[in-house]
Amino acid sequence: MLLMSALMVVSARNTIHSALFLVLAFFTCAALWILLRAEFLAIALVLVYVGAVMVLFLFVVMMLNLNTDLLREGFIRHLPLGILIAIAIVAEMFLALNSGGFRMLDQAALKAVDVPGYSNTRALGSVLYTKYLYAFEIAAVILLLAMVSAITLTMRRLKGTRHQNPAKQVKVMRADRLRIVKMQAEPKGDSND
Amino acid sequence: MDNYLNNLLLAIPLAPLGGAVLAGLFGKYIKRAGSHWVTILGVAVSFVCAVLVFKYLVLEGKHGDKYETTVYQWLVSDGIRFQVGFLIDRLTMVMMLVVTFVSLMVHIYTIGYMKDDPGYQRFFSYIALFTFSMLMLVMSNNFMQLFFGWEAVGLVSYLLIGFWFKKETAIFANLKAFLVNRVGDFGFILGIAAVLLYAGSMDYNEVFAFAANKGFDNKTIEIIPGTPWSAITVICILLFIGAMGKSAQVPLHVWLPDSMEGPTPISALIHAATMVTAGIFMVARMSPLYIESEVALMVVLSVGAITALFMGLLGLVQNDIKRVVAYSTLSQLGYMTVALGTGAFAAGIFHLMTHAFFKALLFLAAGSVIIAMHHEQDMRKMGNLKKYMPITYITSLVGSLALIGFPFFSGFYSKDVIIEATHHLAQHNGTLVAKLAYYSVLGGVFITALYSFRMFFMVFHGTERMDEHTRSHLRETPWVVTGPLILLAIPSVFIGAMVIHPMLFGGFFGGAIKAPAGYDVLADIGKSYHGVFGFTLHGMLQPPFFLALAGIATAWYFILKRPDLGAAVRTRFRALAGLLEQKYYFDHLYQYVFAAGGRLIGRFFWRVGDVRLIDGAMVNGSARVVAWFSGLVRRFQSGYLFHYAIAIILGLLGMLTWLVWPLIKGVVHGV
Amino acid sequence: MTEIGLNHFLFLAAVLFCISVAGIFINRKNLIVLLMCIELMLLAVNLNFIAFSYYSATLSGQVFVFFILTVAAAEAAIGLAILVTLYRNRRTINVSDLDEMKG
Repeated sequence: MLLMSALMVVSARNTIHSALFLVLAFFTCAALWILLRAEFLAIALVLVYVGAVMVLFLFVVMMLNLNTDLLREGFIRHLPLGILIAIAIVAEMFLALNSGGFRMLDQAALKAVDVPGYSNTRALGSVLYTKYLYAFEIAAVILLLAMVSAITLTMRRLKGTRHQNPAKQVKVMRADRLRIVKMQAEPKGDSND
Repeated sequence: MDNYLNNLLLAIPLAPLGGAVLAGLFGKYIKRAGSHWVTILGVAVSFVCAVLVFKYLVLEGKHGDKYETTVYQWLVSDGIRFQVGFLIDRLTMVMMLVVTFVSLMVHIYTIGYMKDDPGYQRFFSYIALFTFSMLMLVMSNNFMQLFFGWEAVGLVSYLLIGFWFKKETAIFANLKAFLVNRVGDFGFILGIAAVLLYAGSMDYNEVFAFAANKGFDNKTIEIIPGTPWSAITVICILLFIGAMGKSAQVPLHVWLPDSMEGPTPISALIHAATMVTAGIFMVARMSPLYIESEVALMVVLSVGAITALFMGLLGLVQNDIKRVVAYSTLSQLGYMTVALGTGAFAAGIFHLMTHAFFKALLFLAAGSVIIAMHHEQDMRKMGNLKKYMPITYITSLVGSLALIGFPFFSGFYSKDVIIEATHHLAQHNGTLVAKLAYYSVLGGVFITALYSFRMFFMVFHGTERMDEHTRSHLRETPWVVTGPLILLAIPSVFIGAMVIHPMLFGGFFGGAIKAPAGYDVLADIGKSYHGVFGFTLHGMLQPPFFLALAGIATAWYFILKRPDLGAAVRTRFRALAGLLEQKYYFDHLYQYVFAAGGRLIGRFFWRVGDVRLIDGAMVNGSARVVAWFSGLVRRFQSGYLFHYAIAIILGLLGMLTWLVWPLIKGVVHGV
Repeated sequence: MTEIGLNHFLFLAAVLFCISVAGIFINRKNLIVLLMCIELMLLAVNLNFIAFSYYSATLSGQVFVFFILTVAAAEAAIGLAILVTLYRNRRTINVSDLDEMKG
């Protein structure tokens, strides 16, 4: 299921379709992670990726309104090469995996998690806030950085919008607003006309 | 550790350094008066500290024979320690007192001499810096610091000789001094390296202990394959080459007369009293090494003897007042070297000390004359100055008498001991070198008297040969000039008689200076020594005294009685006079052989090495290679994202293949 | 049917990774799909990490994945932001038009 959806991501004709297939791939992957007793990360994956990042993708794709045909030119031409390289890498990895280096780990599967009352989230959290606190804070800073940079990159001042300039408002002097004009008093008689 | 003493010792070199920094870097803000005050204060502090140290260590007898302390450890490399430290023994103390005292006098004198010079602050900064370097040199307890001081005085001397840097001859002279000193320093640093190689330490104590334990015995060195030389001899001679450069011994003497291009206070401070004595000091300091090698001592002796005689001869034909004094310095340095060569190290240091006083006195007196004559240095344009400058007249008379070794003056004692030492040595081992040395120093006495009084008579007596304008301005120089003269004249007279007994025969130096194992000349002389007066009376019956008198008489006859005779003699012995006037053609030799050869080699390297190899092949060539390669690489930079992506993926594939290559081979084999 | 072991997960991740590599190859013109492929690659790597973490009974793998998720989210956000800016300025996201950096 994961593989199918992944295949569809790369081969879908429409970009929106491929994004949706990516969502599906993430979902299946999250399911696998739950099988591997990584519940917190699975939930995080669903929430962050499916919820936020993929929506962002869809949003961008729709907003940009692309000419998909143009973008797909050369698709067929590069297909054989891509598949060839992919197969080569898969084959090599398969060889590496089959060499048996990881066999002994099978027996040492995480038995600790089977005890009742174990919470993956709590375990992860306790490690994260003690041992990896520094890295955790750096990650937070990176996220902040990403947010700020994304906003600065995409924001632009539209002409014609109205906005305040507080600095200017504070700095204003009386002379800027008010002009006292001296003029002669008008003769009375005329105004009575 | 003795904190009181440590602080004093630190203050001694640092006070002049502080003065130098203040005067040099902030000279603009503290003005002229400020700069001479800070430097004089610095040197005065250091002189007072030196006196206090002397009192503390010698008179009160704390810490026994010597005191050693390490101030700062710079680094330790492969077990060899590089550190800054002080070794204070009697030898160091004598040098400290002499250096700080003479330097102080020169500082005060400079106020008068450099009054109108625009580089006033700079000058004070330099001489204070020089005092610092010299003190670092004499106070050091290891070879590295010695070398530091050695090079630092060389540098300051370079700066000072070229002080009037707009004068072409000054620039030439300071470059010459620098280059000639480089030759000496090359030998010196090789010597230090050899010491390090064999003794495995830079520390004086360890090296001397190594030498005393016969560590150098049977060590040989093969510079030319197949001819083993004794290691200690090679070390001593290499170190002595350094001393030859700094103390201006033949054939590395050529820089000293030219260095008279600098201002006179410098000639007094550096080229008479202190810096040139660094070589003598160094050899005396290394006496535990030198006594291990008879050959090296012979070399030292012969070089000294040659210098003493032949440089004195050159003084006869000079007309520049400062140059005469300079050649006499060379000759006196030769005497000191002779003393070292005979193994009478203490006598060498003794002469160094007395010489420092009277030679500084002579130079400053010459400077005083030069001030009065409006920077005219030609003796032929002077005469009868005693009428105008009585103080300068008397002090330079004192200086000259001390220089020629007239009885009861300080120079008499030190010089007489040296002559005695050579005499005893010649009698003892009867080698040709010792005999020749004896006759050269004897001849040197006559020559010394002759040129000193030739100068003296030409300047202060006879007819007035200056022009009217100068004569109308002739008057005694201000007190800042005459004060130091008087202060220097006092030790020039008395110091010899005062210290001869403790210094030479009373064991003042203790363990600082060793005597040769085979034959201790000084001890031999000491046997017949019965008090100062006995020594003086004995000296007055010896040939040197009569020779000195004869020299004075000759000078008087030729200069005052029959001034025309000089020219006659000169024409009669034209070849000899020419030889002397051309300074034995040493300069020509260096100019045409070494300098021209150097230029030839330099041009060759410039043509082939620089232009072709470095500029052509390396500089332009590398640029060309870079251009070619970047042109090649440029094609890869298509700017298309997918090209880069493909490159990454291909790289990944390649790496993976490389990693699992054994497995792939296995599969292929299996099939 | 053998029991599902570590190798199976690793192989699955490898295949997923290769699909995304192939995706990069064949969708070389579409920048958005390229970004998606990169996400997919990271997913494969994460899968590997979690599998290892499970089978070696340590939590560090999961911590690692946590950080990768963070960085990947940041990367996606910035990448899309750049994309939007690019589109605004150039009116295209066709990779073949983007050869400003050509040497």
